[in-house]
Amino acid sequence: MSRIGVFTCWCGENIARTVDVDEVAKRVAELPGVRCSLNYKYMCADPGQALVREKIASEKLDGVVVASCSPHMHLKTFRKAAQTAGLNPYLVEMANIREQCSWVHHDRAQATAKAFEIIRLAVEKVRNDAALQPIRVPVTRRALVIGGGVAGIQAALDIADAGHEVVMVEREPSIGGKMAGLSETFPTLDCSQCILTPRMVEVGQHPRIKLYSYSEVEKVEGFVGNFKITIRQKARYVDVSKCTGCGECWNVCPLKRNSSEFDYGMGMRPAIYIPFPQAVPARPVIDKSQCAKLIRNGCGLCEKKCKAEAINFKDEDRLVEEAVGAVVVATGYKLYSIAKSQPKTTLAGYGEYGYGKYKDVIDSLQFERLVSASGPTGGVLKRPSDGAIPKSVVFISCVGSRDNAKGLPYCSKICCMYTAKHTMLYKHKVHDGQAHVFYMDIRAGGKGYDEFVRRAIEQDGARYYRGRVSKITQEHGKLIVRGADTLAGIPVTIEADMVVLAAAMRPADGIEELAQKLNIGYDEFGFLMESHPKLRPVETNTAGIFIAGACHSPKDIPEAVAQASAAASKVQVMLAADELTREPEIAAINEQTCAACFTCIRTCPYHAIDRAELRTPRGAFIKNTARVNPGLCMGCGTCVSVCPSKSADLQGFTDQQVYAMVESLA
Amino acid sequence: MNIGYYPGCALHGSSNDYEQSLRACLGALDVQLDEMKDWICCGATAAHSLNHKLSLALPARNLAVAERDGFKQLFAPCPLCSMQLLKAKKAAGDERVRKELSEIVEADLRGESEVLNLIQMFEKIGVARLKSAVKAPPKSITAACYYGCLLTRPPDVVHFDDFEQPTSMETIVAALGAKTVEWNYKTECCGAGMTMSNEDIVLELAHKILSNAAEHGANCLVVACPMCHVNLDMKQAAVERRFGKKLGMVVYYLSDLVGLALGLSAEQLSINRHFVTQA
Repeated sequence: MSRIGVFTCWCGENIARTVDVDEVAKRVAELPGVRCSLNYKYMCADPGQALVREKIASEKLDGVVVASCSPHMHLKTFRKAAQTAGLNPYLVEMANIREQCSWVHHDRAQATAKAFEIIRLAVEKVRNDAALQPIRVPVTRRALVIGGGVAGIQAALDIADAGHEVVMVEREPSIGGKMAGLSETFPTLDCSQCILTPRMVEVGQHPRIKLYSYSEVEKVEGFVGNFKITIRQKARYVDVSKCTGCGECWNVCPLKRNSSEFDYGMGMRPAIYIPFPQAVPARPVIDKSQCAKLIRNGCGLCEKKCKAEAINFKDEDRLVEEAVGAVVVATGYKLYSIAKSQPKTTLAGYGEYGYGKYKDVIDSLQFERLVSASGPTGGVLKRPSDGAIPKSVVFISCVGSRDNAKGLPYCSKICCMYTAKHTMLYKHKVHDGQAHVFYMDIRAGGKGYDEFVRRAIEQDGARYYRGRVSKITQEHGKLIVRGADTLAGIPVTIEADMVVLAAAMRPADGIEELAQKLNIGYDEFGFLMESHPKLRPVETNTAGIFIAGACHSPKDIPEAVAQASAAASKVQVMLAADELTREPEIAAINEQTCAACFTCIRTCPYHAIDRAELRTPRGAFIKNTARVNPGLCMGCGTCVSVCPSKSADLQGFTDQQVYAMVESLA
Repeated sequence: MNIGYYPGCALHGSSNDYEQSLRACLGALDVQLDEMKDWICCGATAAHSLNHKLSLALPARNLAVAERDGFKQLFAPCPLCSMQLLKAKKAAGDERVRKELSEIVEADLRGESEVLNLIQMFEKIGVARLKSAVKAPPKSITAACYYGCLLTRPPDVVHFDDFEQPTSMETIVAALGAKTVEWNYKTECCGAGMTMSNEDIVLELAHKILSNAAEHGANCLVVACPMCHVNLDMKQAAVERRFGKKLGMVVYYLSDLVGLALGLSAEQLSINRHFVTQA
């Protein structure tokens, strides 16, 4: 390549103040292979781009270097300009003489010399550039949504309403997630079920949503636009196609005293059950660990009673495959399990609160069920131990949150708000009751949020103490809560009838396994990683996989819903076209020289390299080789650095280019 | 079995009843205590409030000497001692600190020996073995097991039981055939640190502990710490005078109770030398 045009930008004063652009342009013009060298005040503006286009045509340029800002800023701009002028866009390189030169230096002479060197490297790179073509990948225009909580529901409905098919996988017997179990929601105190259940019904009835409840993602294969998902439908022992949801089975089941998962142990359910009356689908499942028929071939009453003949005790797990183009992960959260044996001993704190020892010390989700109209007490607040109405309730926030010593270092974000809500709900139900709150800080950022907390304190009379609780003991049927009021500087002892612990939010069980299947990142706590915390908040680093809701970080309902809609709109953009275009700057393997050691397969963080065979046109085996899947490769270059036979190379950033650049400096 | 034994100051002084109880009880279970040579102060209380390095060096010296003399297990019946030894052991995990401490104490600190408190000693012997050795199950006893502050704390040093709601002592007491109660002050402070400087605090704390145990139906307390024993047993008369009520709570060492169940006499275990001998 010997007809290279170099365009040096002043960036107004940004570059020109420190770099002598005339001098640079003059020296660059003398480099071998440079056909023309110009400078201009704003290269990215229309006249600047026109200059580039014009020179490509008039000088028949076969390579372009724009010496200006970071390629993150304007590489796309100039590649597009070059393409308009008929030059392959991958023959355009940027020399960053702003962020990496003029902005960080003061000495004009030295900065000018450095700018020249930077441009010389870029010229050397362009000389070795190859014309590349963007990769086109066909798209399966369907999406998978993992998790049927409020975030998953929102994402699924948005995508389906836009006209694309959605496959939803939910591991519980019903969709609805945590929100279905909440009583009323902050800061408006509207009933959680009233706003969620219509959305659940919409999912259940939507012609473009295929719902797999009581199912889990077993395996994920393929790549962006072309995922093959294997789903495990867990044995339900009820034929959903025959069942009418009449309820005869769960009414007749004699084993009614099993702890209800939906009520977090605050209520009971039969061995055959629907988790709650508004469940979607409204079809029961049999808990095989409790059913007398499945354990010892006894009972079988539900089968006899079922007129639809929907009970099938021989049911087994089934694996089904679905093809999708994009995935939204919305697997939600669980609460930190207070003082129970945990895989990490550092998380075993808070034995001093006696959770699990005293029946009336409960966590905040359990409290939600006790004040929910659909809860086990029908919305009458009765304490678990003896059913008495608690006249004094202590709420402790930050249990497990913001605690490096025995919990998790992060703030769970929503507990300040729901604890304020709890004190209000409590006061609205028990008018002569007194709520006490121990807190570290009140974090109520959000529309109408701080006003809400003030209302709890000023109108509903909750007493707030800034301080921690050191111990809870039981005496004469009362819970003795000993804590500190650090603002008053005094120890506080409260005789309470019930204690509610606002436990930290953690990602749902199994998140790490799922993330590994999907090949997406997660942090040390298991929360899924976004691609960029500000600019790509719902994308992951694996193309075609998006995240929404509390699987990403602790968040409340409005935020989870907003993020779900954002993820859905990203999916819609992807599914709007028949094929995807991807940048071709990815790894390629020279299959002739590949020694088939497959070191690259083991090191590729994106599982983008497969084993393949080279065969003659007649099909005779020649050799094994590694082969890059262009749909999956993210162009990180790990394979290039590990390949012992130097058969892997990064297109647009080849070893040859790098060596040429380094040598040009010598 | 022969086991390395680090008595510390208390068991050779104010609490030699504890040592007698241990030797009698463990002897009956074929455990001989082999007192390590040349031991020095464990570094509790005084040293660690003055100088951190000194508070590591003192137990480091003891641990290093025990290791030099080939003790793979070192039994420290006083929780202050066992905690200090474990602190030195933990510090030895950092190679730089280990070398520094070895230099200071002029002995090679390896930090490999196992440090046992009294409960762990019985766990080592085995609950099943204890059960089968019981000759006189103490059926009249309803015990409140009292762990105090240092048996379970600091958790990242001692790594023993649930540090807020421990149950290991109850398991052993139950194995003897005695009853235990659930109560509120298992791991609260007995005030030992204030025994000399502020008796008011000590009496108040001891009163809380003793009366709470009684309220929950216990007829005695069981401890595994000489300091706890001093405060709850020796000071009990003062507590009774201060709060104007009769408590009469017998305070046993865990080894007393095990010894009684094995058929040893109160004299052999030197229970008769306690201040409160019966209710």
